Amino acid sequence: MDAIPKIPIGDWVEAFVEFLDAYFGGFFEFVSDVIEAVIQAFTNALLFPPPVVLIAILMALVWLLANRKIALWTGVGLLLILNLDMWDPGMSTLALVLSSAFLALIVGIPIGILTAWSDIVDRIVRPILDFMQTMPPFVYLVPAVLLFDIGEVPALVATIIFAMPPVIRLTGLGIRQVPAELIEAAKAFGSTRNQMLVKVQLPLALPTIMAGVNQCIMLALSMVVIAAMIGAGGLGGEVLRGLQRLDVPRGFESGLAIVIVAIILDRITQNLKGKQKKETT
Amino acid sequence: MVEQDKERLDHPGERSADKGKNVQKKIVVRNLSKIFGDHPEKALKLIEEGCSKEEILEKTGQTVGVSNASFEVDEGEIFVLMGLSGSGKSTLMRCLNRLIEPTSGEILIDGKNVVDLDEEGLLELRRKKASMVFQRFALFPHRTVINNVAFGLEIQGIDEKERLERARKVLEMVGLKQWENSLPDQLSGGMQQRVGLARALANDPDILLMDEAFSALDPLIRREMQNELLSLQSKVNKTIIFVTHDLDEALRIGDRIALMKDGHIVQIGTPEEILTNPANKYVRKFVEDVDMTKVLVAEGVMKAPVETVALKEGPRVALRAMREAGISSIFVVTRERKLAGIVTADDAYEARERGEKDLSKILITDVPTAKPDTPVSDLIPVLAESKFPVAVVNDDNKLLGVIVRGALLAGMVRKGDEE
Repeated sequence: MDAIPKIPIGDWVEAFVEFLDAYFGGFFEFVSDVIEAVIQAFTNALLFPPPVVLIAILMALVWLLANRKIALWTGVGLLLILNLDMWDPGMSTLALVLSSAFLALIVGIPIGILTAWSDIVDRIVRPILDFMQTMPPFVYLVPAVLLFDIGEVPALVATIIFAMPPVIRLTGLGIRQVPAELIEAAKAFGSTRNQMLVKVQLPLALPTIMAGVNQCIMLALSMVVIAAMIGAGGLGGEVLRGLQRLDVPRGFESGLAIVIVAIILDRITQNLKGKQKKETT
Repeated sequence: MVEQDKERLDHPGERSADKGKNVQKKIVVRNLSKIFGDHPEKALKLIEEGCSKEEILEKTGQTVGVSNASFEVDEGEIFVLMGLSGSGKSTLMRCLNRLIEPTSGEILIDGKNVVDLDEEGLLELRRKKASMVFQRFALFPHRTVINNVAFGLEIQGIDEKERLERARKVLEMVGLKQWENSLPDQLSGGMQQRVGLARALANDPDILLMDEAFSALDPLIRREMQNELLSLQSKVNKTIIFVTHDLDEALRIGDRIALMKDGHIVQIGTPEEILTNPANKYVRKFVEDVDMTKVLVAEGVMKAPVETVALKEGPRVALRAMREAGISSIFVVTRERKLAGIVTADDAYEARERGEKDLSKILITDVPTAKPDTPVSDLIPVLAESKFPVAVVNDDNKLLGVIVRGALLAGMVRKGDEE
């Protein structure tokens, strides 16, 4: 056994992370500023208005985007969170989820489009996505902390990386699934590549892309909870505290609040998708 | 235009070949080849040496799509590319608007070489000059009928009000106005293809590229669409390239047909030329199953010149003419060779006995007639009922020829069997 020395992969990665930190520190600072600004915006929007007002606004929004039934359950769920005294951590978790999903979509959808356009990009991105998805989510936390310190920003970076693969995959898939004859028709009428994308590919890929959005938000939620370990706070922080102190009621209640947020987010995104389907078929 | 029409009447069989000889051709394709594969130059060389598609594939691994095709299309002509699947007809058509990049050769549209066009010129060609109709309709399922029709205009950046207005007009032309807000899925196949046709016409292109446009429709609807295309064509007068594998369809709608095999154009000609004078065994085999009575026209089987007598000539002259020609009735014409009627030998004999000086008393004016382009299938029942031969006259009632029962059969057998 001793004949073959251990390959120091871990050390290499550490060296690499240190190298990044040393030479691209400015870049990471910039990324950090952007992320912080996004989180701040979402947090302000969710925590500034009084809870009851916000619940009413959210219900109206959900009614508009999905349907009345889901709006009603959203209201019930949010009131329960308020009643459990989980409002502030709940909203800060929601803000983190929305921020990371928002950023993951902004980065992921264009990458997905590129993978659909170019086989070379697809061949490069695909194994990276496989890697990202099979890696246990905890593992992201370490380099994130090294690069961005402790707090909400590294939590969000880890979350974005974790939640992005389905967006890229499903965007690419949706666009590639647009029938070749429709692409040819669009081309035959003189579409430029951008016209083709906006008028044909994206609208037809939309149901698939929306499935990706749903996946992205759900993954973001699960990761935000885990990221409490590096200081993301929110409901994940409450669970963590319950765990550390063996505080069963607190742990269960915060867990329940997570489930409520998850169900609400899932129902809303699923039904956005359903609505879209009705319009397009 | 008047000049051309006159020409059509005089030489209906050659109308397209002769038409507009001095006018610039709408589409000229010269030595066009398309090779699929990484080393097209090897295959091109072999094409020049006259190797077949299989030989080239075997030697170089390159697939020949189109091999050295040349043809010319006149403005307003319906030019059919026909062949079995894999014959390269769709590939050839897609080279015209460069949906498929040709490997070598020239394509001149209005004298401009399409192969040399830059990105912008190509978009312009696709947007304004040539529109396409697809086999499986290729309508956008997320757009309403009217927004499908207006797609080309939208791509050109025409504002919404104008493009919807123009789309509505075209939809009315194809009879789908009341469906403008439906989605394509809600329409039957025939209606969907009308939308496809309307989408192509909305750009008001000079050229329509129709790729097996009616092949996905059931036979009755297909027939209907063919007729509709022809009647639309008489209104809009586009230059149409029509790809089909169906010979009957080609014969019905084509002014001229190019028959393709293994990437080569085997023969180009009018439907009648292809049928009556197949260039080689392959074409002959292709046209073997065609019902000749539907394709052959009166002109092709009539007997000409015709024995006639003038109206002012007497029964004696008529009798002598009949005796010499061995017939029992003879057509009577005016001085301008317009058909006046027919006299029978029996009547002429009696008239001579009565001492009549002209044929007016015994003239029978109720004579079956046909136009030169009447299909033979329509002549058969007429011949069966009439005791006289059928006179073939042009639009001015000028006598061109005559069809007798025996000659019709002989004509069909002759044209059908011609080696």
